[in-house]
Amino acid sequence: MNKRLNQPGPLLTSIIHTIFILFTVLCILPVLLVISISLSSESDIINNGFRLIPSKISFDAFKVVFSNPMQILNSYLITILVAGLGIIFGLLINSMIAYALSRKDYPYRKQLSFFVIFTMLFNGGLVPWYLVISKLNLPNTIWVLILPYLANAWYIIILRTFFKTIPIAIIESAKIDGSNEFKTFIKIILPLSKPGLATVGLFILLMYWNDWWLAMLYIDQEKLIPLQYLLSRMMSNIEFLSKNMYMAPGTLDLSNFPNETARMAMCILAAGPMLFVFPFFQKYFVRGLTIGSIKG
Amino acid sequence: MKTGLTLKKRNRIKVFKKSYQLTLMSLPAIILFIIFNYVPMFGIILAFKKLKFNLGFFKSPWVGLDNFKFFFQSQDAWTITRNTIGLNALFIVAGLVVSVAFAILLNEISKRVFVKTYQTAMFFPYFLSWVVVGYMLYAVLNDRLGILNQVLEIFGMEPVSWYSNPQYWPVILLIVYLWKNVGYLSVIYYAGIMGIDNALIEAAIVDGANKFQVIKSIILPMLVPIITVMTLLQIGRIFYADFGMFYYLPNDVGALYPTTQVIDTYVYRALRVTGQVGMATAAGFFQAVVGLCMVLTSNFIVKKYNKDNAIF
Repeated sequence: MNKRLNQPGPLLTSIIHTIFILFTVLCILPVLLVISISLSSESDIINNGFRLIPSKISFDAFKVVFSNPMQILNSYLITILVAGLGIIFGLLINSMIAYALSRKDYPYRKQLSFFVIFTMLFNGGLVPWYLVISKLNLPNTIWVLILPYLANAWYIIILRTFFKTIPIAIIESAKIDGSNEFKTFIKIILPLSKPGLATVGLFILLMYWNDWWLAMLYIDQEKLIPLQYLLSRMMSNIEFLSKNMYMAPGTLDLSNFPNETARMAMCILAAGPMLFVFPFFQKYFVRGLTIGSIKG
Repeated sequence: MKTGLTLKKRNRIKVFKKSYQLTLMSLPAIILFIIFNYVPMFGIILAFKKLKFNLGFFKSPWVGLDNFKFFFQSQDAWTITRNTIGLNALFIVAGLVVSVAFAILLNEISKRVFVKTYQTAMFFPYFLSWVVVGYMLYAVLNDRLGILNQVLEIFGMEPVSWYSNPQYWPVILLIVYLWKNVGYLSVIYYAGIMGIDNALIEAAIVDGANKFQVIKSIILPMLVPIITVMTLLQIGRIFYADFGMFYYLPNDVGALYPTTQVIDTYVYRALRVTGQVGMATAAGFFQAVVGLCMVLTSNFIVKKYNKDNAIF
């Protein structure tokens, strides 16, 4: 239900709609621009600049990007693996501690809450964090892309808020039936909290899918580069490639090398899956954000 | 006296035994927090050492305040502090005004379909990584090919070389910040408006209040708790910049550092690019300590006015 004051006049209504339509278009336009560039021919771009509508469709950029598909497919695989493991372990680890914190009869609730929330208030900064992880022999393993983000105070707070809505009577009756805490958690609490788990699961998916930071710091091996970091490196690599070709005399004409278009094609490939997934899951996000902002 | 102590001890053991299963379930998260959050916190004393990678953390020699001396004597200290606080303050204020305004306007739209459509579209940029947004900005701002310079030319204006003129960047960063975050922020405030008791608004209308009076005297005051919490969280983090934003939007162009270099990008570059680890640790220490003070102070101030709105 809207909190309607009274019917706004037709003029006011149309002004409000105009504002939102303009902003909406502004939000979508850059994506259309990137798609359009990736589908243009390079010579078209060089002559006319970036255009919202390509004068003729060309798939050259995608052909170049896929001419050596191993790296891209591999990066997709790494990102999917990291996100998948991250969701499973992240949900399990964060929801277990969140459940303990949601229980009013848990004696260490206060101390543990402080322990968790303090990580949001203070940290040692990049250098010590970098050194600690380097010392753990984690760099250049898949685990360095997962472990540092697993335990997250924010997700714990959101999950705790969800768990708090479950009546204590359900938990107590399970206890009387002889169930131990862990069994109660798996068999009763988790199935009752599916919306909460979906919400936090999506936050985790987004976090891992869009991450380049861990790879930037700790990954040197080509075979472990996730999608976003590949995209970040592609920016300079394509430049390097085309410059070298340009300098070598008698080789390709620069305008034939899809420099700008290949870059944008790569951008579409990295953002693509999120763009498709996003409309379906938006409502979970809204719920999670609303819960997270109201303190539990 | 003695029996009292043992009784207390026995009690403690009893409490522990009764709850050990829940403690066990919390253990994985506790261990991860210790490794990735608490151990690095102690590493903050590195700021008083001269880090030698071959000697490691413990054997590196103490140098007292040398790192800080170098850091604060450099021009960088002032620039990055000003950029971090200045830009973040700009983001907080502009983000608050625009997103609360959007939430109120959204509330004026009667058809659910429109509200949903606008919200979905506005929320969309929030799902893109900064790398991807960096590419998009490049498509808009590129000197020769970019859309913006083409538009300027249509209006008969001179094209601007955006990536070599730092003076434009505070505005560019602000616009991209709003573009990416307003959708998500306004969702939160819109939910806040939805939570207001309808009877209040109806009563006001019966009493003859017009739309603006209702917004001014009911909706805005009812939003104050959410606004306080959200702003407080952001002020607490005013000393921390969004690394991805400041790294990928200016595309790592050195000419733009004067207005786009922030503490976080400075520390990263000092650590990984220029190898000035001393500077990096000093800047990191400065950030962590002042950052903590910011959180505690802003929380204290809010607590003084209204206990319920404080974070802890």
